[in-house]
Amino acid sequence: MSDPISRDEVAKVAELAMLELTDGELDTFTGQLAAVLQHATDVDALDVADVEPTNHPYPLVNVFRPDVAENRVSREELLAAGPEIEDHMFKVPPVLGEQP
Amino acid sequence: MSTFLPDGWELVVGLEVHAELATESKLFSPAVNHFGGEPNTQVDPVCLGLPGTLPVISKEAVELSIRIGLALNCTIQRCVFARKNYFYPDMPKDYQISQYDQPLNIDGWLDLPTGTRVRIERAHMEEDTGKSTHLGGDGRITSATATLLDYNRAGVPLVEIVSHPDIRDPEDAKAYVAELQAILVTIGSSDGKFEEGSMRVDANVSVRPVGSDELRTRCEIKNVNSLRSLGRAIEYEARRHVDLYDSGNAPMQETRHWDEESGRTKSGRPKGDADDYRYFPDPDLVPVDPSREWIEEIRAALPPLPSARRAALLAQGADATGAAVIVERDLDTLALAAIDAGADPARVVTHAVQNLNVDGAAALDAGHFADLVKMEVGGDLSATQAKTVLAEMVETGNSPTEIASAHGFEAMDTSELESIIDGLIEASPDEWARFTGDDDKIRGKMQGFFTGQVMKATKGQADGKVVAQILNARRNG
Amino acid sequence: MSAGETALGVASAVRSGERSAVEVVEASLAAIDALDGQVHAFLEVTAEEALARAADIDETVAAGGDPGPLAGVPVALKDNMCTEGVPTTCSSKILEGWIPPYDATVVEKLRAAGAITVGKTNLDEFAMGSSTENSAFGATRNPHDTDRVPGGSSGGSAAAVAAGMTPLSIGSDTGGSIRQPASLCGVVGLKPTYGAVSRFGLIAFASSLDQIGPFTRTVADAAVAFEAIGGHDVRDSTSIPEPVPSCVEALGAGVDGLRVGIISELLEGELASGFEPEVLQRTRDAAAALEAAGATIVPVSVPSAIYGLSAYYLIAPAEASSNLSRYDGVRYGNRVVAGDSTADMMRATRTAGFGAEVKRRIMLGTYALSAGYYDAFYGKAQRVRTLILEDFARAYAQADVLLSPTSPCVAFGFGAKSDPLTMYLNDVATIPSNLAGHPAMSVPFGTGADDLPVGVQLLAPTLAEPVLFRVAAALEAAAPAAPLPAVAAPALTDPTIDDQGVPA
Ligand SMILES: [Mg+2]
Ligand SMILES: [Zn+2]
Repeated sequence: MSDPISRDEVAKVAELAMLELTDGELDTFTGQLAAVLQHATDVDALDVADVEPTNHPYPLVNVFRPDVAENRVSREELLAAGPEIEDHMFKVPPVLGEQP
Repeated sequence: MSTFLPDGWELVVGLEVHAELATESKLFSPAVNHFGGEPNTQVDPVCLGLPGTLPVISKEAVELSIRIGLALNCTIQRCVFARKNYFYPDMPKDYQISQYDQPLNIDGWLDLPTGTRVRIERAHMEEDTGKSTHLGGDGRITSATATLLDYNRAGVPLVEIVSHPDIRDPEDAKAYVAELQAILVTIGSSDGKFEEGSMRVDANVSVRPVGSDELRTRCEIKNVNSLRSLGRAIEYEARRHVDLYDSGNAPMQETRHWDEESGRTKSGRPKGDADDYRYFPDPDLVPVDPSREWIEEIRAALPPLPSARRAALLAQGADATGAAVIVERDLDTLALAAIDAGADPARVVTHAVQNLNVDGAAALDAGHFADLVKMEVGGDLSATQAKTVLAEMVETGNSPTEIASAHGFEAMDTSELESIIDGLIEASPDEWARFTGDDDKIRGKMQGFFTGQVMKATKGQADGKVVAQILNARRNG
Repeated sequence: MSAGETALGVASAVRSGERSAVEVVEASLAAIDALDGQVHAFLEVTAEEALARAADIDETVAAGGDPGPLAGVPVALKDNMCTEGVPTTCSSKILEGWIPPYDATVVEKLRAAGAITVGKTNLDEFAMGSSTENSAFGATRNPHDTDRVPGGSSGGSAAAVAAGMTPLSIGSDTGGSIRQPASLCGVVGLKPTYGAVSRFGLIAFASSLDQIGPFTRTVADAAVAFEAIGGHDVRDSTSIPEPVPSCVEALGAGVDGLRVGIISELLEGELASGFEPEVLQRTRDAAAALEAAGATIVPVSVPSAIYGLSAYYLIAPAEASSNLSRYDGVRYGNRVVAGDSTADMMRATRTAGFGAEVKRRIMLGTYALSAGYYDAFYGKAQRVRTLILEDFARAYAQADVLLSPTSPCVAFGFGAKSDPLTMYLNDVATIPSNLAGHPAMSVPFGTGADDLPVGVQLLAPTLAEPVLFRVAAALEAAAPAAPLPAVAAPALTDPTIDDQGVPA
C-alpha cells in the first residue's frame, strides 16, 4: 500500500491550518501522521456502507434559546484581552486577501 | 427578452441574496442585533468566539427563516448546522456556522410580476461576519497599512437565498430582488434595507449561445448595493464574457466586484480547487427538526404576500403598475376596504396612486375614503375638490362631508353652470367655432380650454363631467 | 494537610461548625506549598480568593445557614475551565496571560455547592495527551514516583488529589483524560455521560467527546461531586435536559443480583496482549471480588471497540482542528507579529503558540476533513461510532455494567512513549465510552509493576451513573490496600487520622 500521506500533502495541510513547518518538522510530522493514518486503515475491515454516522452520542433536536437580547460583558472587558486596540476596535496588520 | 447582448448570446444569472433577520438578539447568543451602534458594543463572549463559549440557536431566527421558506414555496426540512472553516479576521472563530448539505429550506420558487418563475435552490441559515475598516492607503484593501475590526455584525442571523440560474434578463434580476425584498418586509423576516446592509446581493453571471442549455464558467459579482447597480453590473459582466468568447478567450471562475464609479466589475479572487472549507456538522449544535404542527402554525400566521395582494387589486380592475404601487405603499388594505364599502374601484385606484403618496395615508379611515369617492362620483365634489378634501382627510382624520362643508364645497346647480358656460361661449366665438369643427384633435384641445375657463370662474367647484355634458349638449344643439 | 482526606469528611465537619473552612483551606494551601515543588500539579494558586471565600462559608455556617454539600471543600480545577478574573491557559503559550471574563458553568455549580477553588492545574496542552508531558509550562510528576508521569491529560488534577493537596479536583475526559490519570495516580476518576455536565466554559478539544468529571479519593466523594456539577444547562446545546441522576443514595445498595460484563476484547486476545499482565490480573481480581459480593460475571463482546482508537484519532483531531482555529492572535491571547499581513501574523502566532502535539493533531484533523478525504476518514469514523453504539447496546442487554482495565499499564517514565502512535495506543480501553457518550469510571484496585497503582474501569449505559456507583462502591470496599504516595500530605500518611480526615 502507498504511503497514507505524502510530505507534500502534509505541507498543504499545514498551510490550510495556518502553521509553518521547518523542513525537519515536515519530515517528522509526515512520518508520524502516516503511522497514525496507517493504523486507522484497520477500519477498512468494517462494512459501514449502510451505517448512519453518529455526530452526537446523545441525540437531541430543537434546542433553542428565546430571542432575548442582553450584553453580559462590557466592551472594555472584551477589548482588554485584545493584543492591539484602536478606536475601540481590534487592530491587525493589513488584510491582504479578500474573504474567501 | 433583453436585447443588450449581441445576437446569438443568452444571459444566464443566478442570484444569492443574504438577508439579515429582524431578531432582537444574535443567531447563537444574546448579544444585541441592532443596526449601528458604537464599534464592538453589540458583542458578547459567545459571538466573539472566546474560549469555552458555546452557541445556542435562537428560536425566533429559525421561525423567521421558516417564514422565508414558506413564502418562497420551499420544502422545510430537518437541518444541520455545519462549520465552514477558513481563516479570516472578521470571523471570530475562524469558521462560519452555516448550513451545508442539510439546509432548512429547499426547492422553492418565486414568481415575478413580470411573469418569470425563478426556482429557489435553497434558503439556508448562517451567521454574519464582522466588519473590517482598512486604514491608510486609499482605504482599499490592497494598499492598507492596518485593519480595524468591529464585531457588532458578527453572529447576526442571516438567511442566504440561492436561486437557480433561471434569470435571462437584467430586468428580471432587478424584479427578483425587488420582489424578494417586498416579501421579506411583508412577512417581517427582515427589514430588507440595502443601505444598512441587511440585504446583500451577489450575482452569478455567465452567458451561452442561444438555444444551448450548457452552464458556462460564471463569475460571482459582489458589492452590488442597489437595484440599478445590479442591472448595470449584470449587463457589464455579460458583455465582458461575450467579448472574451468572441476574441477566442474565456472568463475564469472568480469573484468580481462592481465599481459603481467606473461602471465596471473588477477582478477579485479566483475560485476553485484551492477552496477547502472542510465542512462538517457543528458538534456544538444539534439538528433543527421543525414539526409539521410548528410549520403549519407559522404558515397560518403569515400575512398575505405581495403577489396575492396585487392579485386582489387586479381583480378589482387595477392595472399592473397601479397594483404594484399600491401594494408597495401598503395602501391595498385601505383601497380594498373602500371598494368593499361601495366606492368606485377605478377612482379608488387613481386616488391611491396619484394622491396618496404621503405619510399616514395607510391610516386613513376606509369608510371616509369610500364616502369621498361616492361624493365625487355622485357629482357632489369636483375632482379638484376631491383631491383637496382627501389631502385634508389624511392630515386631520376628519370626514369628507365635514371638510367639504368647511370649505364651502357644494355641488353646483346645473342651471347656474349652464349660464356661466353660455356666457363663455359668447365671449369666445373663435374658440367655440373650433370646438364645434370636425377636427377631433382640435375639439379635444378646445374642450380643455372651456373646462379650464369654467373651473377658473367657479374656483374649481364645477364638476368636470357635468361641464363636458353641457358643452357637448350645446354643440349638438 | 489536616484537611485532605475526603470531601465528605471535610464538608460535614465544616457544615457542623466543627472545623472552619478557613482552616481547611489554609491546610490545603500549606500542602500545595509544601508538595507542589515536587509534583507541579498547579499552574496557578488562588490563595487570596480561596481564603476570602472560606471566610464567607464560615460566616454562612455561623449564621445558621447551609453552604452546601461541598461546604469548604478545596477543589483544584484543570486549567481548561474558564475562571472569571483568573488566568486560564490550557497549558498553552498561545493563551498565556488570558483572563476569561466569565466562569464555566461547572465553576458556578461548585461554588453553589460550597466548594472553594484553590487553583488551576496542569494538563497536556489543550488536553491533548496521556502524560501531562505536553504542557507548555513543564510536566507534572506522579506523586507515587516523581520520575514517572501522572497520566493525562488531566495529570495535574489527578496528582493534586493523589498527593492530598485537595480532596477533590475537576478534570475533563475526551478519550480517557480523567480515567487514565486516575488509574496511574491511584485515585477515583469519573467521566460522566456526555451531556450530563455542562461544557459551557470548558475550552473545547473535541466537542462531541469532551466531558467534565471529578477526581476524588473515595467513590462516595465522586458521587457527591458529580451530583453537584451535573444537570441541565441552557448555555450548552448538547446538555441533557434531565435532572442529574441520584448517585449518593445508590452507594450502599451492593451488587447482589447485578450482572457485570467483562469486555473480552480488552482482557484477552490481540488487543489485550499489549496490556501489562498485572493490569489484566487486577481486572480479573476485581471481577472475582464482585462475584464474591453477589454479582454475576458474564463475558461480553464489543467487537467494534477494537476500532475505537482509529475512529477516535480521526474524530477528535478533526473537531480540534476547527475548535483551535480561533487562536489566531486577533482578539485575545498571544500575538506574534511577522511578515506584513494579518495572514502572516496568524501563521506566526499559531506556529509559535502551539506545541508539537497540538500541531500534529490539528494537521491530522485538517487532513481528515479536507476535500477528497472526508468520506474516507471523518465520515467513516462517525459511522464506526454508530457500530460501537450498537455493540454496546447488545452488551448492555446482557450486563448492567461492564468491566475492563482502565490503562494498559501503570505509570511510565518521562519520555517513555515519545512516539505519538505508541502514546495514542494507551487510550484504547477508555476511548469507546467517549465515542458512545457513556459514563465510565476508574476505581483503584491494587497495584501492578513496581508497586504502582492500578485502576479498573467500570462502564455503564447513558445516564446509568447510579448503577456505576453501586458497583464502584463494592469494588472500593473489596480493593486491596492502596499504596501510599511518595509525595503526600501528612493526612494521608498519618495513621492517627481516620478515613474521614478527623484526627483520632
Ligand atoms: Mg455565497
Ligand atoms: Zn452566505
